[in-house]
Parts: sequence; structure tokens; C-alpha cells
Amino acid sequence: MFDFSIVTKWFHSLLCGVMPEWTAIGIECLIVLLFIIVLYAILAIVLIYMERKVCAFFQCRIGPNRVGKWGLLQVFADVLKMLTKEIIKMRQSDRLLHDMAPYFVLAASFLTFACIPWNKGLEILDFNVGAFFFIAVSGIGVVGILLAGWASHSKYPIIGAMRSGAQLISYELSIGMTMLTVIMLCGTMQLSEIVQQQADYGWNIVRGHVPAVLAFIIYLIAGNAECNRGPFDLPEAESELTAGYHTEYSGMGFGFFYLAEYLNLFICSAMAATIFLGGWAPLMIPGLDGFNAVMAYIPGFVWFFAKAFFVVFLLMWIRWTFPRLRIDQLLSLEWKYLLPISMFNIILMALVVCLGLTL
Amino acid sequence: MNFTLLVTVVLTALLFVVIVVVLANLLAPRSYNKLKEEPYECGIPARGSQWGHYHLGYYLFAILFLMFDVETMFLFPWAVVAGSLGIQGLVAVLFFLFILILGLAYAWRKGALAWH
Repeated sequence: MFDFSIVTKWFHSLLCGVMPEWTAIGIECLIVLLFIIVLYAILAIVLIYMERKVCAFFQCRIGPNRVGKWGLLQVFADVLKMLTKEIIKMRQSDRLLHDMAPYFVLAASFLTFACIPWNKGLEILDFNVGAFFFIAVSGIGVVGILLAGWASHSKYPIIGAMRSGAQLISYELSIGMTMLTVIMLCGTMQLSEIVQQQADYGWNIVRGHVPAVLAFIIYLIAGNAECNRGPFDLPEAESELTAGYHTEYSGMGFGFFYLAEYLNLFICSAMAATIFLGGWAPLMIPGLDGFNAVMAYIPGFVWFFAKAFFVVFLLMWIRWTFPRLRIDQLLSLEWKYLLPISMFNIILMALVVCLGLTL
Repeated sequence: MNFTLLVTVVLTALLFVVIVVVLANLLAPRSYNKLKEEPYECGIPARGSQWGHYHLGYYLFAILFLMFDVETMFLFPWAVVAGSLGIQGLVAVLFFLFILILGLAYAWRKGALAWH
């Protein structure tokens, strides 16, 4: 597997050769900044187009097909429309908090986005407490959503925000506990190290067998709820709450929430791919050497995106298949089913790890 | 630990928001209408205080979350070394998890998980 850190190290030494180190680091930071923004924008465009097409095919429709070939330019038209919409300022709203709320949501999204290992040696934030950091910064999003609802000074947003707050904090527990099982299996919290181990010893979902599969299923359900999507889209249930916590946002204020929602879908799927499905590690079947050699030729980031988009598709499938839950059903699903099951799962995984029963 | 990159990522988010907000402010049309500033309420004039009452259940779940989140946080350092600590570590943590499950069972029994 190609190690991307060779390229970054070579680039750093190249820059240091012609300029002092602080300017070199400055330029590298600028490149990282551009890389994040460009990738973020491209992924948002791809995801929104994919969501609309997948949704259309599930409902036996064609989906966007007017703007550009196969409706490919639809998303660009949407962005342009959002940019040129009037920004309505509410008289009674708390202006400062109202304007700050999308920033919190986007900051959480960017920070979690930066944790993802794209390829071997190609990750932006690679802390030794990576998984912990991921859970911690994804919690910032809740603050943004509650602020948005509170500062709007309107009835629908505040109901939406309260629902969303309760939902996000509840399902965060399951996300944390399923990550805990994987950390137990790998013995490290560093995300790049977790992927490296999977490249060496096989994907976590295979290596951890029963508890890992259970954890993967719980992670998918909780992750879907974390993204405010699918059967768990109560905070923005259109038929009862108009648009939930972003009812009072117009133009780009709404655009930020929309963007963060789709990127959170990707981040959630990418994290599932990273911790369960092997991240950039290629598919290796022991015994089939020819097959493995061919698979090892495919670059790591292709594997990563293939797995991430497979999970994205799964989540879209769930979204367009199941009917919406009620708030009490939603909370009892988490507290009475997922939480006890994930606690049991932690004990099961601990037994598997301590007794050396991993595959 | 690379904190330069952490700062870069936070600044990227800030820069992204600022650029797009400035762009949107430049491009967006402006027209004043008193009714536009009203909170949305299905098109009828808004009634009563907007910061109304909401269900107490949300607070109960928030308190429960606080308890469980702090306690799962303690499990993370153990999870990293779970393999090397072996059965002895597992027994110690099983006791901890037992208290955690007891807490959930108590909340369940007391009806904190029911939506009244």
C-alpha cells in the first residue's frame, strides 16, 4: 500500500530548503485549508446529487434531470439560488447567537471531517486519542443546534431544537460505546493505527466477529440518528415542525445547516468504514494470493471512498424505507434497547479480547 | 499531537463561514417589510410568548446522558489496555459496569425513561 507520508515529508523538506521553517509550515497549513474546503465542497455536491437520485429511484421517479445532463448541474443551481436569497433578519431573535449557530455546526463538521484517515499517511488530525477526539468534537454540533433553536425566538425551531438535543445526546452514548468495543479490539485510540492494524490482521468486523457485527449494526442505527436523518428525522419533521431548528434561517444560514447535515452523513459513514470496514485497507482473503495481489494494486483512497459510499448508500436506503418514529419511541429505542445491548456488547468484546478469541 | 493543524482546521471553518456570509450579503437582494421580521407560525400572526413551555422529559434525558457519558469516559483508558490487563482488569471493570447498569435499571424502574 502506498504510504502518502513520503510525499508530505518530501514536500516539507523541499519547502524548508528554499525558505525558513515557519513560512514552510504556513504554506503547508494553507494547502491543508484549501484541501479541506475543496474536498468538503466536492463531497457536499456529490452527496446532495446522490441523495436526490437515490431517493428518486426508491420512489420510482427520475429525480433532477432538467439542469445539465442527467441533472448534474442541479446542485450548482441550488447553491447559486441559496447565495442570492434575501437574508431575513428577525426582529426579536438574538442576533449574535442566531448568526453564531451555523458556525458551531460547521466547526463540529469540519473538525470531525479532519479526523478521517483518507489513505495511508494521508490524515490531517492524527492524535493518539483520535477516536476520543472525534466523539468530543462531534458534540459541539449539539450546541449549535440548540443555539439555533433558542436564538430564533419562534415556536417551531425551539421544539425542533429540544428534540434534536435530546436525540443527539442520547445516541452519542451508543456511538461512544460502539467505538469503545473497537478500541478494545485494537488496543489504541489513534485512528490511523486502527486502520493499520486492520490492514495487517484483517478488518475489524471480521476479526471481532459477533461483538463487532453487533457494534456495527448499533453504530449504523445511532449514526443515522446522529445525522438527524432517516426514520429519526424528528427535529425537522416537515409535516409537523416546518423545518425544525432551521425554520427561521434563510439563504446561506439554512445552507450551512444543509451542508453540515450532508457532510455529517459522509463523516458518519466514513467513520464506520474506518473503524469497522478497514478504512483504506484493501479486501484480502487469506489463501487467494493472486486475488490479494490484484486488490493491493487499487489505491487506498479508492478503497476508502468505496467503503464510505457503500455505507452512505445503506443509510440512504434506511432513510427512504422506514417510516418516521415518534419522540418517545425514539428515546426508548436508545435507552431501553441500544444502550443495554451496547453495554452487554462491551462485556462480550472484553471477554473475546481477554480470552484471545479474535479471528 | 499537532496543534498547528488543529488551529488550521478551526480557522478553516471560520474562514469558510465568513467568506460565504460576506458573499451572500453582497449577492442577496434587500427589501424591507415589517411582516418579514415576524416569527413564522403557519402564516397567522404569532400568538403568545415564543419561548413557551416544553416537555420536562428532555431535561430528564439530559441528566441521564450526563451520568452515562461521564461514566463511559472512564471506560476509554481501560479499553486501550483491555487486552494486556486480561481477566483481572475485566473483573474490575465488570464491577464498574454493574454499577452503571444498576443506575440504568434504577432510572428505568423509577419511570425516568417513560414519556409522560
